[in-house]
Amino acid sequence: MEPGARYGALVADISSQPVLFVTPANYLQVAGAAFEDGFDQLIDLTAVDYLSYPGQRPRPADVVCERFELVVQLINHASRERLGLRVQVPTAEPRVPSLFDLWPGAENLEREVFDMFGIEFVDHPDMSRILMPEDWVGHPLRKDYGVGDIAVQFSLASAPT
Amino acid sequence: MTAQRVMRRGADSAVLRLSETEAALIGGDPSDSGDDERVLLNMGPAHPSTHGVLRLMLEMEGETVLRSKPVIGYLHTGMEKQGEQLSYLQGCTNVTRMDYASPLFSELAFSLTTEKLLGIEVPPRATWIRMLMCELNRISSHLLYLATNGMDLGAVSMLIYGWREREEVLRFFEKVTGLRMNHNYIRPTGVAADLHDGWQGDLRDLLALIKPRLEEYDVLMTGQPIWRTRLQGVGALNAAEALALSASGPLLRSTGYAWDLRRDQPYLAYDEVEFDVIVGTFGDCYDRFAIRLNEIRESIKIVEQIIDRMPKGDYRIQDKKVTPPPRARIDESMEALIHHFKIFTQGYQVPKGEAYVPVESPRGELGVYIVSDGTSKPYRMRVRPPSFINLQTLPHLMRGGLIADGVAIISSVDPILGEVDR
Repeated sequence: MEPGARYGALVADISSQPVLFVTPANYLQVAGAAFEDGFDQLIDLTAVDYLSYPGQRPRPADVVCERFELVVQLINHASRERLGLRVQVPTAEPRVPSLFDLWPGAENLEREVFDMFGIEFVDHPDMSRILMPEDWVGHPLRKDYGVGDIAVQFSLASAPT
Repeated sequence: MTAQRVMRRGADSAVLRLSETEAALIGGDPSDSGDDERVLLNMGPAHPSTHGVLRLMLEMEGETVLRSKPVIGYLHTGMEKQGEQLSYLQGCTNVTRMDYASPLFSELAFSLTTEKLLGIEVPPRATWIRMLMCELNRISSHLLYLATNGMDLGAVSMLIYGWREREEVLRFFEKVTGLRMNHNYIRPTGVAADLHDGWQGDLRDLLALIKPRLEEYDVLMTGQPIWRTRLQGVGALNAAEALALSASGPLLRSTGYAWDLRRDQPYLAYDEVEFDVIVGTFGDCYDRFAIRLNEIRESIKIVEQIIDRMPKGDYRIQDKKVTPPPRARIDESMEALIHHFKIFTQGYQVPKGEAYVPVESPRGELGVYIVSDGTSKPYRMRVRPPSFINLQTLPHLMRGGLIADGVAIISSVDPILGEVDR
């Protein structure tokens, strides 16, 4: 059966791979159905901030585009298939359910997305920063997080005499 | 076979989910009666067995590790953010610095993704040169693993032997690419330069040198009772757990799960060469050691086939919009000068779209995901880092074992911290 009909989600072909477009509301349910179908490994989970993307994104017409898009890739080892999931995450409430209970490998990947984009994963066992220091302010991979804005430490220290 | 062990959330999980602030409070509380034997121990980030700057927060009971937490980020330099500032031409210089033990694989994944977006296909010779260089890089990377793994376990002479052989491979790289590491050799549109005259002879000498040395490693390590006792049954993982934790590469194959992108989702020309996928049985440190040692032998097999079958032709695509013209052409052709100038100042534009291409690096699936907005720089560049993801298995492998085994386990996961932190 076609993936779109099978999972009840919008489907598109992105670089010769089927991709399902889901909302935060039906994300977990579609992921669960894919898991039951034999997608036994979560291979990658990341996000894109479309804040400064010029023009319209190439997306199926019915998809309501939001600022953040969560990019999930699953793999079915038995049939050697890959399946993409895309979740539109609004700026006002950047919150998505965690995939930890399906694939515990999501733990560090989701922490990285939280660290870099500020997207929160509900029901994640340890929603904390992973690469940046714990007291860091801001989310570096957001498009409005400028490059070169960070003050260099010790730049005013006097040279050794 | 179940993955229940790695699905746990609470205090019975192997993962210590404790923030720095909470950890600091535990030691400083004078009212703590200390009625249990557990202590929180810090290991690293500059511990010699952590292969860089990995820090571990360990919950110990005597010498037994209960829960642990890898604390990472010490090498974080924002390379994915940096990737958005660099043109596609410059991109390879950035990604090659992530996994510094196998830099050619990051270059390859980046180049394949860019080429997919551009919709171009490189000439067969470029594909085969890429395959040759990557297999040699797999050999050098696994030799580095054998060396450091030996040292971590007290087989100090192995450090010298592994380094010695790796240096010979790097010498060949230097001859071809000009650099021992961080080559920027594989680029979108092909490779940077053709192989030098007499490369076949150089390679045959190299392989003739390495092959008998692998037999020596067998005598030194594989068959040694001390070596086997030290590794067998230590840090075991089953296939269901490895899959659940998104592990790939030798870590996944050690559990008996035969999955290798070179065979299962072939890229380059891997479907035209003969090789075996090495799998383990018990998923322990010994299997991971044996897999890497035997993967060197398989890579040698592939390299031998490439020497005999290297196609003739161009080593890069001749598309003037994306390939810099030869130096000599710039002196005589105005168009060549313009193309050269445009490519190096502005870069070439890549059509709107997004693509993900994975390759089988020595550590697992290394993929590059690029979103292009039609300009000459990626809008978003993401690297799927196998080391970062494989590191998640560490607390589960270490739970219930001795701290001395922990050293063997870190080494057998073979993380490269440059890639973990990016």
